[in-house]
Amino acid sequence: MTTETQNPIEPCLAAHEKFADTADGPGWLSDLRRTGITHFTELGFPTLKQEEWIFTNVRPIQEHSFLPATKPTSSIPAVDDLFFSELSGSRLVFVDGHLSHALSKFADVPEGAIVTNLASALETHPELVEKHLARYAKTDESGYSALNTAFIQDGAFIYLPKGKVIDEPIQLLYVSTDGDSNTATLRNLVVAEPTSSCKVIESYQSAGEHAFFTNAVTEIRVDESANVEHCKFQDQNEESFHIATIQAQLAKACNFTSHSISTGSRIARNNINLVMNGEGIECTLNGLYIVGGKQVVDHHTLADHAMPHCNSHEHYHGVLGDRSRGVFNGKIFVREDAQKTDAKQSSRAIVLTDGATVNAKPQLEIFADDVKCTHGATVGQLNSEAVFYCRSRGIDEASARRLLTHAFAGEIIERISIEPVRERLEELLWDRLEELIEQ
Amino acid sequence: MSNKLIEIKDLSASIDGKQILKGINLTVNEGEVHAIMGPNGSGKSTLGYVLSGRDGYDVDGGSVSYAGNDLIDMAPEERAREGLFLAFQYPVEIPGVNNTYFLRAAFNELRKHRGEEEMDAVDFLGVVKEKMKLLELPDGMMKRSVNEGFSGGEKKRNEIFQMAVLDPKLSVLDETDSGLDIDALKIVANGVNALRKPDNASIVITHYQRLLDYIVPDFVHVLSDGRIIKSGGKELALELEEKGYDWITNGEAVAA
Repeated sequence: MTTETQNPIEPCLAAHEKFADTADGPGWLSDLRRTGITHFTELGFPTLKQEEWIFTNVRPIQEHSFLPATKPTSSIPAVDDLFFSELSGSRLVFVDGHLSHALSKFADVPEGAIVTNLASALETHPELVEKHLARYAKTDESGYSALNTAFIQDGAFIYLPKGKVIDEPIQLLYVSTDGDSNTATLRNLVVAEPTSSCKVIESYQSAGEHAFFTNAVTEIRVDESANVEHCKFQDQNEESFHIATIQAQLAKACNFTSHSISTGSRIARNNINLVMNGEGIECTLNGLYIVGGKQVVDHHTLADHAMPHCNSHEHYHGVLGDRSRGVFNGKIFVREDAQKTDAKQSSRAIVLTDGATVNAKPQLEIFADDVKCTHGATVGQLNSEAVFYCRSRGIDEASARRLLTHAFAGEIIERISIEPVRERLEELLWDRLEELIEQ
Repeated sequence: MSNKLIEIKDLSASIDGKQILKGINLTVNEGEVHAIMGPNGSGKSTLGYVLSGRDGYDVDGGSVSYAGNDLIDMAPEERAREGLFLAFQYPVEIPGVNNTYFLRAAFNELRKHRGEEEMDAVDFLGVVKEKMKLLELPDGMMKRSVNEGFSGGEKKRNEIFQMAVLDPKLSVLDETDSGLDIDALKIVANGVNALRKPDNASIVITHYQRLLDYIVPDFVHVLSDGRIIKSGGKELALELEEKGYDWITNGEAVAA
């Protein structure tokens, strides 16, 4: 095999050369892509020696020849079952990284608001895209974010002008198939101007069984007093790999909620970064991962408190079976000016087997003196007192364990405000938990 | 002539090899309320846990016959299904499990055990409503997670409420009065009294005589260092209140 001797970045560089020659887009975008590939050349793929990657070995990803697909696929997978079907808002379906017009549905939006895909927005609203694209997420956060920038082509583009509200949640469905391509590079951009509001669901699913690599970056800008609820659901086949970053740039008195529900793939890495650049910001990060087999799910969160009077509350739960692995790394920065910060972080995991493991690492760096910061990380079995309490009321041990495991997951699900999403996830995760408990 | 509900004979039990109960003898008949009093560390709560079958409590000797069965051989859930109920001193919070859902699950386990059909949510609500009034529980409490965020008083009321719904044959109330103000104490006691029937019984474990002003026992037993050292009628509680536990434990020391 050639990959044994070759530097693993070579094929990507070669692919980029071809891509750069033919890719659509204005000059500034070509420059941006070039910056991406330059950073990628310098950074390469992450290794276990890098602090941000010490818990997650990405070598298995390099063992496949994943190359960004630059052409849309012609396949139209069956996606009806993959939607949160009771929602009537816009549904954008991306198949192997590109918007499928045939599968997508665009609902009416308030005047001036835009819900479309990036490739179209680059043609219809190039200035708006230029103003925001790649302004928030770092291109050099890792080799993967650099690679994502290098191959920017498509993704979702959501724009809300001042005061506009889209009530119905916007569904973004990313489906991978067993078609010609095995990689999706997705670049999503959400811009919510002052006092606007929307709810966005990103759902990553597999319509195929083959190994597939998803590299996604979502940039979210939430302006003064705007409100964004972002719900990510990642449920891909166990051969697949998923590396994603959500970068939220938050302004004064805005409200941002992120839910990250991950039943994983073979390796899933979710970076969720919040930058609080104004006072009085409320953010909540909820996370739930349920994994089995040899799956790995890694969440890295960063709450960067740059200004006073901001709250960030993180609640992460994990349920792990078999020989699966969970990682939670929660960084909280409280900068010198960020007095009266209230930052809470809790990461709890239940391991159902001896073979499952969790690495949880809170990382607090506090430079202000009048703040409230708490963190807690627990990894273990179900609370034996609670099991006994159930049994003392007539519920047998196996049922008690089942009840408590479901409740543990339910605690996170119930925080999602979108009812059809909550109900569907409850059902789906119930089945998933049953499978894990049965083993 | 009433029937024997539970007969504890020379029961000894230990935790982590440390002996706590050192030969308890106690018989409770249907229709009776027995109070078990004693200083801290005398083994009161241990007795409650041993009777309910908690892990970590090893029965080293003696026997417990409950409604004709050997209680010690039964799993905690089997005991509950046979009508044994422990009202916890520290009720456990179960986040994410709805209070009504939890109670209905327990209620239906008991029905299944009796060979009755499970009750659906609507009919169950009817059962619940009536008992909620008894314990003066606000509606909102049923929609919350089991004990989560409940005040101390709410937790204890919730325990007695569960007892009211599950309708046990033998209730063991473990320090149900601890942490209650006088109003909450009265509500809880009224609830317990309303549930008294000729064919059920209670063992009321308490440190203070105060609760026994409201739940009047037929018998009072004093537990000290793992043994019942004195038994009597309800007046024994008043005497203890007046003279303190030293009166009795020292007396024992002198006698020994």
